[in-house]
Amino acid sequence: MPTSTPQTERAATRPATENLLEVSGLEKHFPITRGAFIRRTVGAVRAVDGLDFTVRTGETLGVVGESGCGKSTTGRLVTRLLEPTGGKITFEGRDITHMSVRQMRELRRDVQMIFQDPYSSLNPRHTVGTIVGAPLRIQNIPTPKGQKRAVQDLLELVGLNPEHYNRYPHEFSGGQRQRIGIARALALRPKLIVCDEPVSALDVSIQAQVVNLLDDLQRELNLTYMFIAHDLSVVKHISDRVAVMYLGKMVELAPRDALYATPMHPYTLALLSAVPVPDPSRRDKAQRERVLLTGDVPSPIDPPSGCRFRTRCWKAQDKCAQEVPPFVELAPGHRVACHFPVTDAERTPQGRMAAQHAAAEVPPDTAAEPAL
Amino acid sequence: MTLGPVTSSTDVATPAGEETPTIADGKKIEGRSLGRIAWMRLKRDKLAMAGGGFIIFLILVAILAPLINKVLGHPVNEYHQDKIDPNLGGIPPVGTWGGISKDFLLGVQPVTGRDLFSQIIYGAQTSLLIALLATLLAVVIGIVVGVTAGYYGGWVDSLFSRFMDLILAFPLILFAIALISVLPPTKGFRIAVMVLIIGGFSWPYIGRIVRGQALSLREREFVEAARSVGAGSFRIIFRELLPNLAAPILVYSTLIIPSNILFEAALSFLGVGVPPPTPSWGRLLSDAVDYYEYDPMYMLIPGLAIFVTVLAFNLFGDGLRDALDPKSNR
Ligand SMILES: Nc1ncnc2c1ncn2[C@@H]1O[C@H](COP(=O)(O)OP(=O)(O)O)[C@@H](O)[C@H]1O
Ligand code: SF4
Ligand SMILES: [Mg+2]
Repeated sequence: MPTSTPQTERAATRPATENLLEVSGLEKHFPITRGAFIRRTVGAVRAVDGLDFTVRTGETLGVVGESGCGKSTTGRLVTRLLEPTGGKITFEGRDITHMSVRQMRELRRDVQMIFQDPYSSLNPRHTVGTIVGAPLRIQNIPTPKGQKRAVQDLLELVGLNPEHYNRYPHEFSGGQRQRIGIARALALRPKLIVCDEPVSALDVSIQAQVVNLLDDLQRELNLTYMFIAHDLSVVKHISDRVAVMYLGKMVELAPRDALYATPMHPYTLALLSAVPVPDPSRRDKAQRERVLLTGDVPSPIDPPSGCRFRTRCWKAQDKCAQEVPPFVELAPGHRVACHFPVTDAERTPQGRMAAQHAAAEVPPDTAAEPAL
Repeated sequence: MTLGPVTSSTDVATPAGEETPTIADGKKIEGRSLGRIAWMRLKRDKLAMAGGGFIIFLILVAILAPLINKVLGHPVNEYHQDKIDPNLGGIPPVGTWGGISKDFLLGVQPVTGRDLFSQIIYGAQTSLLIALLATLLAVVIGIVVGVTAGYYGGWVDSLFSRFMDLILAFPLILFAIALISVLPPTKGFRIAVMVLIIGGFSWPYIGRIVRGQALSLREREFVEAARSVGAGSFRIIFRELLPNLAAPILVYSTLIIPSNILFEAALSFLGVGVPPPTPSWGRLLSDAVDYYEYDPMYMLIPGLAIFVTVLAFNLFGDGLRDALDPKSNR
């Protein structure tokens, strides 16, 4: 397993020990209602359904999963843009689970968010100066050298021309807009930043620049990140630990190198084999060993019983439909929710080929099987 | 055991060529707001500019009516019996074009011989005053209700939306006639009641637009971003939503002004507008119906005044909409 230099550096400079954020049993069920005046609740979208994880001071926790698995909802719960319907969120030892909007005002300084869509996240009617300065005004942050200067310093920090203070968002490219969003998030000097797919909407050529910027800023400003992405390749460079989500639940959480080298959850294995391979000489082999999942992600309104991944899992057995697999530590710091974790043999090329065949043969209608 | 694809995907860190900035340095640094871009587009729209020009002209005429009338007209209620042809029963004015002459620019009223020019320019005052005040009222109510419904959503939205449907389904003209005809016919009171009725029933047009826009805007991430730095609802509505609503509000206000002008004219035509002797285009028109055989010009002139005014507001409103709509590429 070759380890590149930035990874070693990362490990050395981060004594990540304390927990900045602790989440337990976190749930968000969006009610589904019918009727205009008399609203009846007819069900719920179980967007986030019982998450346990921590984010340590100074680290980057990567959170990965397919679209719709509840990543954004998790981010919005942690930043308390949404109120949890269950569970507990502790930030720096304070319970913030049900804090009111007023109580949250102060906490906003410490927890910030970078949004996915660089077009919708900036108000088209405001100048860059207004956008980046808004947090300072709203929170009454003193700016000794004047607010304009403070904003220009922030623009410079994220690699934008401070002279563009009076420009409007539509005059910038996607990558530049995302930098504006980063500057806004940094304005309050937060401790934790939730980055919700900050590069997913950007050109591949620009993604690396923005990720590198975030990486540099983290070192410079001692930031802690929760970095959300929908595939494992994006978070690999920046994460210390990586969590994999599936249908509102966390299925695996491990130190970065452990997760990429020895994935234990079948879903993680499948995601990993889907990571694009830049090296052409390896690409063919990777293609051949790719574990493609059949079927669609089931609906979060009516998730499968037991293990939620069982309708697409090639290792599924009766137990998987009957018992919810507990999220347990199988190796130091490596937690997995699976009754039959991936074994070493399955991670060999032969094992992966076998998995590939097995995965392709999972009947697509298992989802329809009656829950036991 | 190594996972082939995984290890090799590590170092995408090599910076991919510098991102081409949209903004070339060295150009002038002042940002181009969407408003300025819209203005540049509007300037290219000849019809809209003509409409806008006429609107400004009309507003000036209405404001300066007393001054203009002193120079070019005669006192509003001055009778000029000498301008009426006694040979034809004392009804039509002297001359072929309804008595149009150097002295009476738009001719005179049949029977009384009052100056039609002064009637028209003071009529513009009445018409614009009522239509603009009613529009202002409609815009204020429309914004408050629309933003509230759109921003809060849920049952608040359902309630306000049904209420707007209800008002739009109301038999307004009948209601207006019934109400106004039982109220005392003093000028100020009539004007106030007309403004209340016209404005009070046209606001749902604004309200619906604002609601729809607010509903989609509140889902935009910049609203969430504002909330995430600690902005309250008040600030979000006024600083984040309203600036984005300004364009549609402006467009739809411009577009309900002409219908409010027509409404005022219709009420006056039906005899429940501002009471005489205050001049009004609608009343001139209804007056003219009795004389159209003798003096068609008397009908044509107030009719044209209403038509051109309504057309000008519509042309300008449409041009404004095109200029402000980012999807129109003119
Ligand atoms: N405000 C909401 N109301 C109802 N359902 C929602 C809401 N927000 C998200 N969801 C649902 O919750 C699930 C998870 O959404 P999200 O957290 O946005 O996923 P991701 O960010 O991983 O793509 C989806 O099924 C989505 O439709
Ligand atoms: S618990 Fe069963 S179904 Fe779920 S991932 Fe593990 S083996 Fe597959
Ligand atoms: Mg998302």
